[in-house]
Amino acid sequence: MAYTETVDAHDHHDHPPAGIWRWLSTTNHKDIGTLYLVFSGIMFFVGGAMAMVIRLELFKPGMQFVDPAFFNSMTTVHGLAMIFGAVMPAWVGLANWMIPLQVGAPDMALPRMNNFSFWLLPFAFTLLLIGFFVPGGAPAGGWTLYPPLVLQGGDSFPMAIFAIHLMGASSIMGAINVIVTIMNMRAPGITLLRMPLFVWTWLITAYLLILVMPVLAGSVTMLLTDHFFGTSFFSASGGGDPVMFQHIFWFFGHPEVYILILPAFGIVSEVIPTFSRKPLFGYEAMVYATASIAFLSFIVWAHHMFTVGMPLAGELFFMLSTMLIAIPTGVKVFNWTATMWRGSLSFEPPMLFALAFLFLFTIGGFSGLMLAIAPADFQYQDTYFVVAHFHYVLVPGAIFSIMAGVYYWLPKWTGHLYSMALGKWHFWLSAIFVNVLFFPQHFLGLAGMPRRIPDYATQFADWNMVSSLGGFGFGLSQLLFPILIWKCVRGGEKAPAQVWEGAHGLEWEVPSPAPYHTWQDPPSEAQIAHGAEH
Amino acid sequence: MKMKKSGLLLSGLAAALLTMVAPTAQAAWALNMTQGISAISRNIYSLHMMVFWVCVVLAVLVFGVMIYSLVRFRKSQGAVPDTSLVHNTKAEIIWTAIPIAILVVMAVPATRTLIETDDATKTELTIRVTGYQWKWGYEYVGSGVTVLSTLDRDSNFARQLGSGIDPNSVPNYLLNVDHALVVPADTKVRLLISAQDVIHSWWVPALAIKKDAIPGFVNEAWFKIDAANTGLFRGQCAELCGRDHGFMPIVIDVRSKADFEAWLRTQKALQQPADAAAPAAAPATAAPASAANAAATVRAAPARS
Repeated sequence: MAYTETVDAHDHHDHPPAGIWRWLSTTNHKDIGTLYLVFSGIMFFVGGAMAMVIRLELFKPGMQFVDPAFFNSMTTVHGLAMIFGAVMPAWVGLANWMIPLQVGAPDMALPRMNNFSFWLLPFAFTLLLIGFFVPGGAPAGGWTLYPPLVLQGGDSFPMAIFAIHLMGASSIMGAINVIVTIMNMRAPGITLLRMPLFVWTWLITAYLLILVMPVLAGSVTMLLTDHFFGTSFFSASGGGDPVMFQHIFWFFGHPEVYILILPAFGIVSEVIPTFSRKPLFGYEAMVYATASIAFLSFIVWAHHMFTVGMPLAGELFFMLSTMLIAIPTGVKVFNWTATMWRGSLSFEPPMLFALAFLFLFTIGGFSGLMLAIAPADFQYQDTYFVVAHFHYVLVPGAIFSIMAGVYYWLPKWTGHLYSMALGKWHFWLSAIFVNVLFFPQHFLGLAGMPRRIPDYATQFADWNMVSSLGGFGFGLSQLLFPILIWKCVRGGEKAPAQVWEGAHGLEWEVPSPAPYHTWQDPPSEAQIAHGAEH
Repeated sequence: MKMKKSGLLLSGLAAALLTMVAPTAQAAWALNMTQGISAISRNIYSLHMMVFWVCVVLAVLVFGVMIYSLVRFRKSQGAVPDTSLVHNTKAEIIWTAIPIAILVVMAVPATRTLIETDDATKTELTIRVTGYQWKWGYEYVGSGVTVLSTLDRDSNFARQLGSGIDPNSVPNYLLNVDHALVVPADTKVRLLISAQDVIHSWWVPALAIKKDAIPGFVNEAWFKIDAANTGLFRGQCAELCGRDHGFMPIVIDVRSKADFEAWLRTQKALQQPADAAAPAAAPATAAPASAANAAATVRAAPARS
């Protein structure tokens, strides 16, 4: 009897405290998910504003607007803000919101740590961004932080290092939370191979985070001691090696790339089956392909460094191991295509973004295969071809699938349907402009334009102008996204529990909007069976 | 106008002169890399094109199936889902095996080219390349001749923030230097690449050489330019190296073996003023360099520790 009362008393907590205190003190996975997503959206526009400055200066040859040093700060902080501020927090936000719902858990396993890991981020990015106002300006050595150049930074250098430490600590805590939640809090009946792909890809991502974020922390700490405490890890004059930094950095950096993209595979693997009204093709192959990609990510790092002068055997190894990645990635693309085959397709905004992901990520995969070929990479390395490649996998790859996820689950979060028309406008403008923005950069790179330059020879003028116009169009189009979300939060047609006709999964078994507390009683076998699809 | 400008130039090297008066028509809207001027660069170009066409064929097939599905299996056209189609071992084996085969086919020529680029034996001339913030230093090993190569003055004026100078009016804007690196054609030349301050990367697309210049370490690269491909070829620093990373171009001036030898003799004589015979030797070269300009080269030569 006492037990029942406790449960009842707990239910009364359904109303969170009002005002700012709710958000500062919250341990609720949905609130924290929202915080992460809002933060990610803010950083997306901060990083995006820097991209606009970059494209403005590159609109035509000659220096028109900014000093070259400031331009370098723009590219550097744009990269850091987008990777660590926009994409990673978006994934953690989606994980917070959706993983407990999808595995039938009442919350994340470590709710207080969850709050802490979020609230580190605003401090981390404040520290990074006030670098613009200290002597020497913001970090300008590239997001890859290569010494000795990065050691020439001004007062913002130690601030950026500390900011990265905070981001890393936040990511590690987020990853621990995801792993513990998935491993320990799945509802009875949700076996590992009954988990939705988003949960699977996040589980693998979380292991990658735990394995590599400490490596990043170590490498930037060595930078710090080289700068302030007289060590010579990366200085040849003291017996160190600047290339060693690159090896350590990319041992973090390549898995990091997959940290940004594996959850995208998960989202797309949820969205395409829903709007094809057909279960995912080759579920187990998808899980194993994800795990293979994660494993390969640890043995390919030096393909980022083919021009540093490695021994032949090293270049061969990293070329061949990198080419292997095409196999599991190909399996994924084929499986998504086979999921649509003999399906019944409709094209709501989540599906549109997932389809754009499918086509454009594949283009990024093709340029990735070209980059793997070491002798050819001597020509591509550090040119706009590389810029085009990684923006294809990160913008229509990672960011479009974040948008697909938001469009997919937004009615579940807000309880309202959003304007399909506005969503489609947002999609078509984004999909067209992203190609105008990034496709010409392939040509620029092949024609010989290095990356990270504030000004260029006149033969690069035409495609740069096209790219800049695409950039401005893409940037403006993104303003539709917060407008749509704001309108959907404020009101709209009431969303049913099962928002999408073809959707499966436990998140559709709870009402829309999802109550403040869900799955305090684990889902029934019937609910699991109804949600299961493979 | 051009003659007047060239008169102002410090450099008397034919490289700079040629650069100034050479037609500036450049490939706008360029889509692809060029084949370059050596056997290796052509190999790399063919490798690039082979992988590109493989990607195009795969893209046509994969996107074809995707687009067919998008058109054929629309709910609005009454498509009924076949929910039993969730697994097909045969198809999955095929679409794993075929990519493996394609990768092997690509790996063979890639490996062969990689081994070729690595073979820096039997070189006939060695040049030391040193990256500085933000210029390139060259030293012809053995002869002691040095060249310091910085962005040319016209580009440097025009590239200042708010200079008011139209970059289109500057020939080879940002791709021109005061002193080019003079190299012989039809000769296997070895480069020993390093840097003084931060990491740079020496890149000349026509040679398909991009090699990082790393302080404290020496990287090796080599090229053998076809005898017919004399002329000027341009490149840039390819590794972010600070504020003026975008403003340290590379120009190589490829000459016939005989012209190169003559040039090197002259430079050697000019750069060693202790040698009394030096000034007299100057007029004998194919591309005469004035004593004043040569002196400038000597002054600008990097101080080496």
